[in-house]
Amino acid sequence: MNRASSWQLMTTIMRRDLAVALRRRSDVINPLLFVVIVVTLFPLAVGPGPDILGRIATGVIWVAALLSSLLGSERLFRDDFLDGNLEQMVLSPAPLPLLAFGKVVVHWLLSGLPLVILAPVCALLLKLPFAAWGTLMLTLLVGTPMLSAMTAVGAALTVSLGRGGALLSLLLLPLFIPLLIFAAAAVESTLVGTSAYGQVLLLAGLMLLTLTLAPLAVAAAIRVSVN
Amino acid sequence: MAFDSWQEVIWMGGYGFYVWLAFGISILAIAILVVHGLLTRKKLAQLAVKKQQQQQRIARRKQQERHRSMVTNDSTS
Amino acid sequence: MWKWLHPYAKGEATYRLLGLWQPWLTGLALAFVSVGLVWGLFYAPPDYQQGDSYRIIFIHVPSAMFSMGAYTGMAIAALIALVWQIRTAEWAIAAIAPVGATLTFVALFTGAVWGKPMWGTWWEWDARLTSQLILLFLYIGVLALYYAFNDARTGAKAAAILALVGVINVPIIHFSVYWWNSLHQGATITKFEKPSMPPEMLIPLLISIAGFLFLTAALITQRLRNEILKQELHRPWAMAKLGVEANDGV
Repeated sequence: MNRASSWQLMTTIMRRDLAVALRRRSDVINPLLFVVIVVTLFPLAVGPGPDILGRIATGVIWVAALLSSLLGSERLFRDDFLDGNLEQMVLSPAPLPLLAFGKVVVHWLLSGLPLVILAPVCALLLKLPFAAWGTLMLTLLVGTPMLSAMTAVGAALTVSLGRGGALLSLLLLPLFIPLLIFAAAAVESTLVGTSAYGQVLLLAGLMLLTLTLAPLAVAAAIRVSVN
Repeated sequence: MAFDSWQEVIWMGGYGFYVWLAFGISILAIAILVVHGLLTRKKLAQLAVKKQQQQQRIARRKQQERHRSMVTNDSTS
Repeated sequence: MWKWLHPYAKGEATYRLLGLWQPWLTGLALAFVSVGLVWGLFYAPPDYQQGDSYRIIFIHVPSAMFSMGAYTGMAIAALIALVWQIRTAEWAIAAIAPVGATLTFVALFTGAVWGKPMWGTWWEWDARLTSQLILLFLYIGVLALYYAFNDARTGAKAAAILALVGVINVPIIHFSVYWWNSLHQGATITKFEKPSMPPEMLIPLLISIAGFLFLTAALITQRLRNEILKQELHRPWAMAKLGVEANDGV
C-alpha cells in the first residue's frame, strides 16, 4: 500500500468517526455538560467570593477537563472493537499508528476543541480575572491534544475489558499530572503579571512528544487487545 | 553504642515514637510481602496436588471405560 | 551471549537459575540489612541537628533508591517482553511490581514519619514525597492492568506497554513536580542537605543500601519463581517441583 492510499484510509476512518459521533450528539455534549456542572458546584461548595474562586478557577477548570476526558474515552475504541473494525484496522496494510493518530485527532475535535471554546464560560462562572482568559484558552488548546492522545493509549489498553472505566482513570490520571502542573503554572504566571511564554512552550513541547509517541503506544495496545 | 541504657534506646532523644514507628511499619510491610510469597507457593502446591488427583481420576475412568467396552464387546460378539 | 541467554526464555531454566541464587540473595539480604539497621539504630552517633530522628534515613534512603530502581528494572523487562516476546520477562513484570510498590510505600511512610518531627506535619507536598506518591500510583496501575484480563498473556503485554509509557513519563513527572514545588513552596521547609556525611553515619547507610539491593533482588526472585510455577503448572516439571508426581494423563 502506498503512502497516498494509507492517507486516504486514515481520512476515510476519520470522516466516518465524525459522522457517527455527530449522529449521536449526546456522547459529545454530555462531557461538556459535565464540565459546566462541576464548575457550577465549586462556588456552591467554597463560597462565591471572587478572591477564593479566582484563585482556584484554573485548577478547577483543568481538573474538570481531565475528568471529562475520561468520561467518553471508554467508547473511543469500544464500538470498533465490538463490530470488528479494529481488527480490520490491524489487518489493513496502512500503518496502524497512522490510523491511531487519525482517531486521536477526531477525538480531540469532538472533546478537546469544544472544551477550549467552552473555557470562557467556565472562566466567567469562576470569576477568573479577564487578563488570564487568553492564557487559559491557550493552555487548553495546547494541552487537550495531549489529553486525547494519552486517553487513546489507556482506552486501547482496556478496550477488550468489559468494564474498564475505573481502571482507566487509575492508569491515566497519574500521567496527566505534568500537564496539570504546567497549565496551572502558565495561568498563574499570567495572573501575577509575568509572561506565560515559557510554560506554554513547555506544554507545546510535551504535546509534540506525546503526539509523536502515543500513536505508537496506541498501535501496540490495539495489537495486544485484538490479539 | 550511642546510647547508655535500653530506656534511652527506646526514648531516642524524644524521637523514639517516630523512629520505632517508621522501622516497625517498614519491617511489617516487607514481612507481609515475604509471607504473601510463601503463601502463594503453598497455594500452588495445593493446586498441584488437586490437579494431580484430577489427572489420576481421569486416567482411572478412561481405563475403566476401556475395560467396560472390552467386556461389552466380548458379550456381544 | 545469545546462545547462553536463550535457555532462560524458558520457564524451567530460569526457575533453576533463580533457585540457585535465592538462598545466597536471601542470606546476603538478611546479613547486610540487619548489620546496617542495627548499626544505624544503636551505634551510629546522633545527628547534631536532628538528634536521633535522622536514624529513619537508614530505611528511607535505600527504599526510595530501589523503589525507583525497581521501576527501571520493570521497564527493561517490559521492553524485552514486547520486543522479543519472552514470557519470563512478562512474568518478571508481575514479580517486580509488588516489590517496587512495597518499597515505594516504605519510602513514603518513613518520609512522612520523618516529616512529622522535622517539618511539624505528617504530609508535606515536598517534591520528593509527591513524586514517590505518583510512583506508587503507577505501580498500582501496572499491577491492576496485569491482573485485569482473563487471559494472562494479554494482561502481561498490556501491563508491559503501560510500564513503558510510564517510564517515559517518570522523568517528566519528576521534573514537573520539582518545578511546581519550587513555584508554590514558601521557605518554611528547611532542606537538610549537608555537604557530606561523617563516615560513622555513611558506612552503616552504605551497608543498609547494599542490604536493600540484595533484599529487593531476593524478593523479586521469590515472586518470579512463584509466577513461573503458576504459569507453567500444566507442565510436568512444575508439578514435580511442587512435590507432586505428574502423570501426563496418559
